[in-house]
Amino acid sequence: MYPIIALSFTGLLTLFLGLDNPKSKLILPGTVLFLLVGLASNFADWNAPGTYFNNMIEVNNPTIIVGAVILLSALFLVVLSAGQFEDENAHPAEYYALMQFSVVGALIMASFNNLLMLFLGLEILSIALYVLTGSDKRNLRGNEASLKYFLMGSFATGILLFGVAMIYGATGSFEIGAGASLAHAPLPSKVFFYVGIVFTLIGLLFKISGAPFHFWTADVYQGAPTIFTAFMATIVKTAVIFSLYRLLVTGFAYEYEFWVKIILVVIALSLVIGNITAVVQDNFKRILAFSSISQAGFMLMALTGISERTFANLAYYSSSYVLATISALGVLIVVSRNTLKDGRPNENIEVFNGLFKRNPDLAVVLFIAMLSLSGIPLTSGFWSKFFVFTDTIGKGYLWVLILAVVMSAISLYYYLKPVVAAFRSPEAEQPAAEVSALQKLVLYGTALLTVILGVVPGVFRALF
Amino acid sequence: MLTLILFLLPLISGIFLVWNKSAGLAKTTTVLVSLAQLALFIYIGSVFYKDAAALEFSRSWLSDFKVSFHLGLDGLSFLMTGLTVVISGLILLATKDLNYGNISRLLGLILITEAALIGVFAAKDGFLFYFFFELALVPVYLMANLWGGEGISKITLKMFIYTVFGSLFMLVTFVVLYLFAQTSELSELAKVSAILKPGLNNLLFWGFLIAFAIKSPLFPFHGWLPDAYSKSPTPATMLLSGLLSKMGIYGILRILVPLAPAGTAHFSGLVIYFAIVGLIYGSIIAIQQFHIKRLIAYSSFAHMGLMGAAALTLSASGVQGAAFQMVAHGFSAVGLFYVAKIIYDKTGSRSLADLGGMSQKAPKLAVLFLVILLGSVGLPLTNGFVGEFLMLRAVFDFQHILGIVAVSSIILGAVYLLRLYQKTMFGPVTSFTENIEDIGTKELVVLVPIALVIIITGVFPNCLLELSSGFADTLSLIK
Repeated sequence: MYPIIALSFTGLLTLFLGLDNPKSKLILPGTVLFLLVGLASNFADWNAPGTYFNNMIEVNNPTIIVGAVILLSALFLVVLSAGQFEDENAHPAEYYALMQFSVVGALIMASFNNLLMLFLGLEILSIALYVLTGSDKRNLRGNEASLKYFLMGSFATGILLFGVAMIYGATGSFEIGAGASLAHAPLPSKVFFYVGIVFTLIGLLFKISGAPFHFWTADVYQGAPTIFTAFMATIVKTAVIFSLYRLLVTGFAYEYEFWVKIILVVIALSLVIGNITAVVQDNFKRILAFSSISQAGFMLMALTGISERTFANLAYYSSSYVLATISALGVLIVVSRNTLKDGRPNENIEVFNGLFKRNPDLAVVLFIAMLSLSGIPLTSGFWSKFFVFTDTIGKGYLWVLILAVVMSAISLYYYLKPVVAAFRSPEAEQPAAEVSALQKLVLYGTALLTVILGVVPGVFRALF
Repeated sequence: MLTLILFLLPLISGIFLVWNKSAGLAKTTTVLVSLAQLALFIYIGSVFYKDAAALEFSRSWLSDFKVSFHLGLDGLSFLMTGLTVVISGLILLATKDLNYGNISRLLGLILITEAALIGVFAAKDGFLFYFFFELALVPVYLMANLWGGEGISKITLKMFIYTVFGSLFMLVTFVVLYLFAQTSELSELAKVSAILKPGLNNLLFWGFLIAFAIKSPLFPFHGWLPDAYSKSPTPATMLLSGLLSKMGIYGILRILVPLAPAGTAHFSGLVIYFAIVGLIYGSIIAIQQFHIKRLIAYSSFAHMGLMGAAALTLSASGVQGAAFQMVAHGFSAVGLFYVAKIIYDKTGSRSLADLGGMSQKAPKLAVLFLVILLGSVGLPLTNGFVGEFLMLRAVFDFQHILGIVAVSSIILGAVYLLRLYQKTMFGPVTSFTENIEDIGTKELVVLVPIALVIIITGVFPNCLLELSSGFADTLSLIK
């Protein structure tokens, strides 16, 4: 609860930091400090569950953990963004303020108890991101991505709002638990309720880029500045998967038989489309975009195994995914900074050529991240796959599991592409990429956490 | 506890060596660690029959899933762990004097592989087994990529995808079994799977088999092998053929048969047929090879086929033979690949067409090469004979015709291996071999122990057979 208030304030404060001098050196450290304050205040409610604002927001230990994941990812990304906004057109104060607002939206989405709050959180999160996606004003692809994201995103939000209205019409309340009174009602009186659920789901599945609502993903991931790509892949995904969790598992669990069919279709499509399309990509950000579609499929698999372990499994999965994505995109940010292709940083796989010779440490970080995304042991990715597999098969969806296994094997091909490039000897000698101490800390830290989570998963499970 | 130390020592020293840059320090450390491992293993051997509990180590690893970090040694595990310790020691000794760059890192990766292999062979928990089974591949993948030649990345990628594809099925199978048993202890899983419906048990069989058939590899899952063995740097090849391939056969004995008994009884015949096809097919292709490493690679593939077939006959002699041959083949494969590397380093060629007459210039090499080679052929008094004899007998008992076909592989094996020997060691000296010197102490330290083991275990096979006999008896009961 407290970080929502704190970051709303500090977001405004950040705007003031850039008032006199848009390039003030204080903005970045200030944002880091604000996020740390948010992180600390997040734990003020630990072991003190309760609801706020007329039961609109619920705070308990699970929501605090999700909040911590979101805030930590934001912190990592802000540190990695150092040196990103140095051209004369940049407005760092605004970017960092928008990032904080976006985090506020994500936090609301992870702890809503009322469908209006869900809508509010989603809009706060998204609108800030529409702007950030297009923040590199002279990048045509960025502009296109921003417009695409905005148009399709607002359409999806519209559908979500429509769904919320229908649920309200059917139940007479915005509370997520309100539909329980309809649980045993005859089907005709539940039509609006079902349609409402479907529409709400579509709105959320769009944001998590589950197929067939994924069409924006590749272009937007590629066009956005890398730091905001990472933002979308980590914070948005975490926020949305946990709002789905709240909606479906804590809210509509009694309609499991109904919504699980939709989720299963989305899982199957996401796995197939995400993995097969990623195989033919050459741009690293596009690869991660399609990987994020397939990872959405894996995360949704956790929802199908609705049980007391679902939250822990999902929290483990998203932490692992967030860590690996930040490592991977962080390495890309550092490595591609000084390479140019058509006037823009080169973000194709070839940018990693010979990385093992130039920056062995970065190459190892990349290797760990990729192993984690593809689910090889020693990394947290293995356990997260293991958890969602047990979830799915526990409910008897063997076909989903077989599909997931085949797709995981395919995914190795594209996840190892950058690693293979890193082993390759470069055509021309390139200088080693410069990495600041803090960025090193984040990259090493995320890689190390990935390995620790992978070796002693029990320690973290105890937390969830 | 002792098993844990045996596992941790190479792991920690391996991580240290990957970090470290000094070549001198690395070489000293590897020698010390190898000796310490050997001493520790001998000590484990001395308490093995007296105090089995001292070898067990179990801690809860993932409490809400009841997965435990459970290491322990029984006869078969003890045999395989011993093989790992000795063979890795020899590989380390051989590698430390080869001319690779970043030698410390290479030695470190070998040590980490050794740790993962000990984990595989000592794991008593299904998921722990899977964890190490996959993990063992990662350092080898890195080794092959960083020290391999041009075009290696595509080959290793193929190997990686192949094996991970297989192991993922194993993971799913473990998860299915886990859901019935609510624990992943191998002994508990075996009890549960014995009472499962036959239909489900058949599925379990295929789920496990795919993983082990790719890893070994058994025909027709060997697509990754020839390139991976012949293009990888020699230390990686030695690890792959000497130790990693054994994980497949070990998995068949330890996981597949006990955990899918009904499926095994139902389908093992089919798999045996395929394995024997692989045996003959691999041997015939080996005859036509001119590239030394490729020739040994195909020979290795053929041997794995016979081991797989024998293990699946489930007769006492088949299981015993497979277990024995895993050790025998571990030594001979590592020895052969090492000799191939020596020949390449001395002459600069790996093609049989370029070589000849080396026995005149390098008599010591010629003698040791002959011993190792005859061990691989299966000549009496070498350990290859004991293993092959037991295995062929098992296949013959299983089906006479198949046994006769399988026996012909001994002749084929003699053809391609003696051809290898003749083309390299005898005949006229060529421009490649006229200026070579004989091997020195560095090579002798590795080759002499291999040759000694081949002869000693060939003359006194009982010292190893006793270890696996208990396990073989329990497996035959399943049949």
